[in-house]
Amino acid sequence: MGATQTHSEYQYENMVGKTGFSTEQIKNLHMRFQQLSGNEKTLRREHLKNIPALANNPIKTEIIEAFFDKRNQLDNELGSYEEIGFEEFLMVMSHFRPLSIKTSEEERTAMRRQKVRFLFNMHDTDGDGKITLEEYRKAVEELLSESGTIGQEGARAIADAAMLEVASTNVPNLGPDDFYEGITFEHFEEILKDLEMESRMHVRFLDMNTANLRCGKTSS
Amino acid sequence: SAADRNRIHPNMAVLGPGPASFRFGSVLLILLILSGSSWTRDVPTGRNDTRPELNRERDGQNRDHGNNATKHKAFPVLELNYDYVRMPFEISLWILLALLMKLGFHIIPRISHIVPESCLLIFVGLLIGGVIKAIQEKAPVMDTKLFFLYLLPPIILDAGYFLPIRAFTENMGTILVFAVVGTLWNAFFIGGMMFAVCQIEAAAAAHVSLLSCLLFGSIISAVDPVAVLAVFEEIHINELLHILVFGESLLNDAVTVVLYHLFEEFSHADTVTVGDAFLGVVSFFVVSLGGILVGVIYGVLGAFTSRFTSHFRVIEPLFVFLYSYMAYLSAEVFHLSGIMSLIACGVVMRPYVEANISHKSYTTIKYFLKMWSSVSETLIFIFLGVSTVEGPHNWNWIFVVFTLVFCLLSRVLGVVGLTFIINKFRIVKLTKKDQFIVAYGGLRGAIAFSLGYLIHQDEGSKDTRGMFLTAIITVIFFTVFVQGMTIRPLVELLAVKKKKESKPSINEEIHTQFLDHLLTGIEDICGHYGHHHWKDKLNRFNKTYVKKWLIAGERSSEPQLISFYNKMEMKQAMMLVESGSAAKLPSVSKKVKRTAEQQSEPTPERMIPKISKTREAEIRRILRANLQNTRQRLRSYSRHDFFMDPFEDNMSEVRFRRQRVEMERRMSHYLTVPAKQQETPSVRKVWFEPEHKVYTYDKNESTRPSDSAALLDESNQRADGQSEREKPTRCLSDPGPDEEGSCFLPS
Repeated sequence: MGATQTHSEYQYENMVGKTGFSTEQIKNLHMRFQQLSGNEKTLRREHLKNIPALANNPIKTEIIEAFFDKRNQLDNELGSYEEIGFEEFLMVMSHFRPLSIKTSEEERTAMRRQKVRFLFNMHDTDGDGKITLEEYRKAVEELLSESGTIGQEGARAIADAAMLEVASTNVPNLGPDDFYEGITFEHFEEILKDLEMESRMHVRFLDMNTANLRCGKTSS
Repeated sequence: SAADRNRIHPNMAVLGPGPASFRFGSVLLILLILSGSSWTRDVPTGRNDTRPELNRERDGQNRDHGNNATKHKAFPVLELNYDYVRMPFEISLWILLALLMKLGFHIIPRISHIVPESCLLIFVGLLIGGVIKAIQEKAPVMDTKLFFLYLLPPIILDAGYFLPIRAFTENMGTILVFAVVGTLWNAFFIGGMMFAVCQIEAAAAAHVSLLSCLLFGSIISAVDPVAVLAVFEEIHINELLHILVFGESLLNDAVTVVLYHLFEEFSHADTVTVGDAFLGVVSFFVVSLGGILVGVIYGVLGAFTSRFTSHFRVIEPLFVFLYSYMAYLSAEVFHLSGIMSLIACGVVMRPYVEANISHKSYTTIKYFLKMWSSVSETLIFIFLGVSTVEGPHNWNWIFVVFTLVFCLLSRVLGVVGLTFIINKFRIVKLTKKDQFIVAYGGLRGAIAFSLGYLIHQDEGSKDTRGMFLTAIITVIFFTVFVQGMTIRPLVELLAVKKKKESKPSINEEIHTQFLDHLLTGIEDICGHYGHHHWKDKLNRFNKTYVKKWLIAGERSSEPQLISFYNKMEMKQAMMLVESGSAAKLPSVSKKVKRTAEQQSEPTPERMIPKISKTREAEIRRILRANLQNTRQRLRSYSRHDFFMDPFEDNMSEVRFRRQRVEMERRMSHYLTVPAKQQETPSVRKVWFEPEHKVYTYDKNESTRPSDSAALLDESNQRADGQSEREKPTRCLSDPGPDEEGSCFLPS
């Protein structure tokens, strides 16, 4: 017990550097990880699927996939894991760190890029570096999935319109015979630049305390 | 008077050719004289000594009549009976004058760039007040009842109805802290310091009690929504700062109401115990929460009523106005915060009402609100000017100067101190620049003045009241004139972020929603019940229960993304129709046909002219390119933005056509997606019939009495060819009266 404790403390320090979380936050997240995985060392998709609160979320599948996506880890390979360890879990969570007042301009841009990249990976399911019409349609359909069949037809139209918009804003001189293959990462950044992702895409990790961690427990 | 009228006519004749502004200016002058002289037509009884000419005239008339009575009384062809219409005549004249002034400022562009409108209006008010005083008449002062019951509600309702909810709720904590704690700090600091000042020998105001000073402090401490709106809307500052200052000005009403009544009561009582102070705190919660509750109740009532108005669309706007006004009045009955009630009512009512009412009603509501609030604001500022000249004044140098100094000081200290604490809890911190703008934007206005007028005479002596009023007016003038005029160059100087002029983009809407769900999911995975979790729960509750009750028909289950999209499409379609070019578009179809043949999947046979994806996409594109309203249908909660709305402007036909042609080009190629990319393209069609009937509507799709631009979906899922045959058309432009209900926009 003593040995594992020092071992994990050492690991924590390592992760502080990589992910930017504080030791306190890492400890809290570790406890949550263990809760979710039933005290195993690795987390699998079923563990996440069993979270009751997540059941109502229309994009549940995408969120869960994002945890197992290799592209969201530092190495940026393609493909996905079957199960992840705490480090990978933490890496994904670090995409949602809020800004602090001391962040410099370059850090802000880097953080924004990282967050937008995360979003892009969520949409680009086949990993070819472009969000095609089909992938976009799927995303919109999921968003509207709670509303039944009206949603499906509506989703198609909306996705089409959205693609059109991206195409016309980013490639203004599309010739009559050109074909817009899909949204590249740069175009994606462009259309989201007004949303200021670096300040919107965050979750408060500060407020977590262990008492809250008992809620939303996975299957007993 | 007849003499006046005679004088006017020759002037009119002289106003022949000449520059517009000159003509306009002289009309204005004439109106000024008219309005001034209208005040001379005072009550005929009792003024006989001061108006000799008038009396002589009247006597002359009487004598004439008398003479006629002895003879055969001729039928009076022309009679003068001014008293009959006196009240409405004068009111209308005032309002007309106010609006002409406003118009005049915009014709003279140079001034309106430097000086904010509110300053100009106060200045005009001063002029009029001076004129009236010169004629030695009694001017209409800003009667408190007039102000609080008639002039203020339209402005607040306008602000509340079009409040940007997302920004407001995201910053709610900050706004509340500024509104409550900030105002309390201001009130006590100023009250206390002024009491200390009053003790100074030189001030000669030692008779003013502490409670009176605290009362004074509470009146002058509140940031005024009217003034803030008037000034901030012209400088187009970024949304965060705007909502912070504006939200604060709205929410501090509860604090002001409580403090004012508290100190007023206390000053009549002999002793103040701790129990009383405690009751004061309790009353604050009662006032604010009670006001909100009243507003919510009326809001729900209004939403519920709007569910049934589909058969009588013409009165829909009235319901909105009346319910809101009733909310305000009901709150005022119990001395609750009327402003908070009004805001709550507007905010609660809006999403449901908009889902239920027709497009025309929506436009009516929008226009009426903006119109009324505009008129109100103008009148308020002019009255402020007039009342300044008129009101009981007691210029006490030391008191006034120190009041001004302490107001500024307390504002700065309050903002800086509070921001220091708030920033510990905020994700997006407030920078020094932000703090400066927030502090600088703490304008005082007419509310403070009216409250000052309310102070009873028996407060101390009449002088105290006069002294207070003078100080209040000075502070108001200073903040409105000096701060109002300098804030624009300061904003430029400090390079504060301005409001983004962004068009609503369906991509942004999609991703905002996506992000909401994503963050909720991450919070759930973390096991952390945060902001997003509760917001999600509220939305879910709203969707399952509330919407079913308050929204008519099938609209209740429509997801937000679809409503947004439909709104955009409908707007586009309307613009297309209005440009009258509907019939000419088939030229595009040639290209489409060619490319359609290249597609591997066969296009099913169509009975009707082939405007397919191209047309539809084109519409979308045109719309998006010209749309300037926002995703909640109206981001512009400012009157100034409103006037710039291109949708209501006349678009130049040429520009429009050029854009369209360009877009046709772009549209067709994106949509000629090679077959491998899609299995079943959903080809959506919009069917244009030449004349005025424009939209097709598939019976199968929905039985909604209201409508969206229901475009046909030709995907293979539709097995029945029924879609092709029966297409009841819907007219978009000008339906007959009996079809009113069926013709308009979803939300």
